[in-house]
Amino acid sequence: MSATTNILVVGIGGQGVMTATEILAEAAIALGHDAKKTEVAGMAQRGGVVSSHLRFGERVLSPQITPGSADVLLGFESAEAMRWQHMLKKGGITLMNTARLVPPVVELGLFDYPDDPLAEIRKTGNKVVAFDATTIAQELGDIRLGNTVMLGAIADHLPFGAEVLLDCVLKRFARKGEKLVELNRRAFEAGRAAVGAAEAALA
Amino acid sequence: MAAVMPAPAASRHLLSGNEAVARAVWEAGVKVAAAYPGTPSTEMLEEIATYPDLYAEWSVNEKVSLEVAIGAAYAGSRAFCCMKHVGMNVASDALMTLTLTGVSGGLVIAIADDVGLSSSQNEQDSRYWGRFAHVPVFEPADSQEAYAMTLDAFALSEQFQVPVILRMTTRINHVKSIVTVGERVPHTGAGFRKDPARYVMVPGNAGKRIPLMFQRDRDLRVVAENSPLNFIEPGSDRRVGFITSGPAYMHVKEAFPDAPVLKLGFSCPAPFEKCRELAALVDQVVVVEEVEPLLETELKAQGIAVIGKEILPLQGELSPAVLRPAIARLLGEVLPESEATTALQLFPRPPTMCVACPHLGVYYTLSQVRNLNISGDIGCYTLGAGHPWQAMDTCVSMGASMGIALGMDKGRGESDKDKRVVAVIGDSTFLHMGMQGLLDMVYNKGNVTVLLLDNRAVGMTGGQDNPGNGRDIHGNDAPRIDFAKLVSALGVKDERIHVVNPYELPVLFKTIREEVKVPEVSVIITDQPCVLIKDYHKLKPYAVDEDKCTGCGNCIDVGCPAIHVTRRGKEVKASGREVDLAFVRIESSVCTGCGLCLQPCAPKAIEHYVPSAPIQFAKGGCQA
Repeated sequence: MSATTNILVVGIGGQGVMTATEILAEAAIALGHDAKKTEVAGMAQRGGVVSSHLRFGERVLSPQITPGSADVLLGFESAEAMRWQHMLKKGGITLMNTARLVPPVVELGLFDYPDDPLAEIRKTGNKVVAFDATTIAQELGDIRLGNTVMLGAIADHLPFGAEVLLDCVLKRFARKGEKLVELNRRAFEAGRAAVGAAEAALA
Repeated sequence: MAAVMPAPAASRHLLSGNEAVARAVWEAGVKVAAAYPGTPSTEMLEEIATYPDLYAEWSVNEKVSLEVAIGAAYAGSRAFCCMKHVGMNVASDALMTLTLTGVSGGLVIAIADDVGLSSSQNEQDSRYWGRFAHVPVFEPADSQEAYAMTLDAFALSEQFQVPVILRMTTRINHVKSIVTVGERVPHTGAGFRKDPARYVMVPGNAGKRIPLMFQRDRDLRVVAENSPLNFIEPGSDRRVGFITSGPAYMHVKEAFPDAPVLKLGFSCPAPFEKCRELAALVDQVVVVEEVEPLLETELKAQGIAVIGKEILPLQGELSPAVLRPAIARLLGEVLPESEATTALQLFPRPPTMCVACPHLGVYYTLSQVRNLNISGDIGCYTLGAGHPWQAMDTCVSMGASMGIALGMDKGRGESDKDKRVVAVIGDSTFLHMGMQGLLDMVYNKGNVTVLLLDNRAVGMTGGQDNPGNGRDIHGNDAPRIDFAKLVSALGVKDERIHVVNPYELPVLFKTIREEVKVPEVSVIITDQPCVLIKDYHKLKPYAVDEDKCTGCGNCIDVGCPAIHVTRRGKEVKASGREVDLAFVRIESSVCTGCGLCLQPCAPKAIEHYVPSAPIQFAKGGCQA
C-alpha cells in the first residue's frame, strides 16, 4: 500500500455508508494514523448516490481521493460499485454486495439497470470480489446487520489487523447489550468469511 | 449530550468542521447561538444545542437568527450565528448596518458555502461579504483550524468590536478529521450599555460611524499582515508559488509538496505585503481560491503579478486532480499518465422522495391536473420537478414561490390566459419567507392557488423542529402555529382555506381542481407529517397480488420508491393502439402502508401484506 491508504465506500442514501466509513476511520485513528473522511451526499438521505472517501496515513492533506488512486472500493450495492470503478488505482480491489437496489427512474422505464454489474466490472480488468451481504444479514436474523457484514468484508483488505476494526464495530453496540454485540461479531465474521471464500474460489 | 462535550481538554476526536466549530463555540463561553437549518451548515447549531450553559434556537429565518445574535452581542455576551451561503442574502440587511454599530460581546457568523452545489440553488462566494460589509473573514482549511479559528475569531471580534465571518465550505463543514479540543472558559457579559450614537443607526449617527469603519479596515489589515493565521511555507521548487485559503490549501499541498505557499487563514482584509513577500520568492504566483477570482482581482489591482482563473475553473470544487494538469500546462510540462480509467456509463440515481412521503400524493395529483403553471419552492418537495411527476416549473429562492406565482398571474401572456397558477411551498419555507409573499398576493388580489405542504418539519435538512410542529430545538413543547388561522389572518377568505389529508387522493384532486377555477387566492394546506420524524406512524404494509396485476402501471406514477417492476410487456388495445405494460411488486419490508398506490390501481391488485415470517423493517424510510 502507498503511504496514504485510500478507501472508497459507496452505496445509496440510507444504507449506512457514512457510518461504515466513520467506523473505518475510527479504527485507523486508534492505530495512530491521521485520517480524513468526506463524502458527496448533499441530498443522499433521499435515496441518492453516496460516495464516502476515507484517507489515512502519517499525514493526510486533501480529503478527496483522486480518481485512479483508491486502494479498496467497498460497494454496498452492485450498480454503485460499478459506477465508481474509475476511482480505483491499478491493482485496486472492489468488494461488493450483490444486492440490486433499483431506483424509480429505472422503474419508470427511463433508464436500464445493468443486467450483470459484476460482469461489467470484471470486463475492466479490475479485481473484484462479490458476496450477498443482504442475505447473510437476513440469515443472521436482521437486515440491519448488513453494515457489519460489509465491514467484516473489508477487514482483511486493510493495512492493519481485522481485530482493530472489529473492536471499533463492537464498541458501537457495547451499550446495547451483549446479545447485539454477539450478533454483530457473527455478522462481521460472516462478512470476512464470505470474502475469504469468494477469493479462494477465484484463485 | 454532544459526542465531544464530556471530552476532557487535550483529547483528540474525529470531528466534522461543524462539530469542531460547535465545540469551540461552547469553549468560548458563548451565551446565545441561533440559526436556520441549511446544508452544509445545519449540524453546527444541532451540535451546539446539545451543550449545556448556553441558549440555542432555531430561528424562523437567517435574518432573525443574526438579529438574535446581534442583540446578545449588544448585551455584552458572546454570540454565534450560522447559515448556508444563501442564508446570508437574507441576513445581509442586518449585517450591512451591524458593521457600523459593531458589537460589545464577541460575535462570530459562520457561513457555509456549498462549493460544488451538493444541495443548493447557486454557488455564491461568501468571502465577498467581508469586503462588502467591511468585516474580517477567517477561512479554515480543516476541522482543527475550524475549531481554533472560531476561538480566535471571538478574541478578534471583541478586540475590534466587529463581527467576524468564519467562511467555511462543504469540504470543511462535512469532512471529519482529527481535532484536539481544549477547555471551556466562561465568559461574563458586560451588560447592555445605552449608547444611541452607536446603536441607533439614523443618518446622523450612521454617518459618523462610517469613517470609523474605514479606519477599522486599515487597522485590521495591519493585524492580518502580522497574523500567525497567514504564513509562508518557503518550499524548495521556486518555479511557481501559491497563494491560497480554505480547503484549497490542502489540495495545493497535496499536489505540490515542494512549492512555496502563502496560506491565508485571516484572508480579509487581505495582507498585501505578505502576498508581495511570497511573490518575491518565486518565478510565478498562482492564486488558488474557491470559487470566484476575488483575491486574484485585489492582488492584480495592487500591481502584484498573479495568475488565477485564467488557468483554473470558475466553478466547482478544486482538487489535486484539477490543479496538477493546470500547473503542468503553465510550466509546459507533460504529466505522467493517470491511472484513472473512464467512468462506466450507468443510469443516474437522483434523490427521491421517501417511501410513503405525504408529498407523493400532492405531486401525483398535480401531475394529473392539466393546464397548470406551478411555481415551486425550496425543500424536499422541490423533487416534485423530477420524474415521474414533473409538477414544478420554477424554483429560485426561499419563499419565492409566492411572489413568482403572483408575477406569473399578473404578467401572463396571451398563450397562458387559460392557465391556472399554482404555488407550492413547505411549512418551514412558508414561515421563513413565504408569509410576506402570501400577504402581498392577497393584498394585490392575485389569482393563485397555494398548496401549503405542512409536514411539521424542515425535511430536507433532516427533520428539524420549527414553529409548525410545536417543538423547540431541544424537542420540548413550544407554541405551535396554526396555519389555517395564520393564512386567514393574512387575509385569505375562510371559504378559500382547506385543510386536506394528502393521502386521500380523491379529496385532494377535487379540492385542487375546484380551487384553481376560483379567480382569487386559495390556500390548500396538507397536514400529514414527514415520514422521518417521530410524529409519523407506520401502518400495515401492502403487497401486490401478482395474479390480479394487469400491468397498467398507474401505481408507478405515484413515484413511491417501494414499487418495483417485475416484468414488462405490450398490449394491443381494441383501438389498435399498442400500450406498454409494467407488472409490479411492492417491497413490503419498506412499505409503511400509506395506501397511495392502491388508489389509482385499476384492478384492485394491492392488498395488505401477509407475512410468511416476522417482518424485519429496514432502518429509515428511503431504502428500496
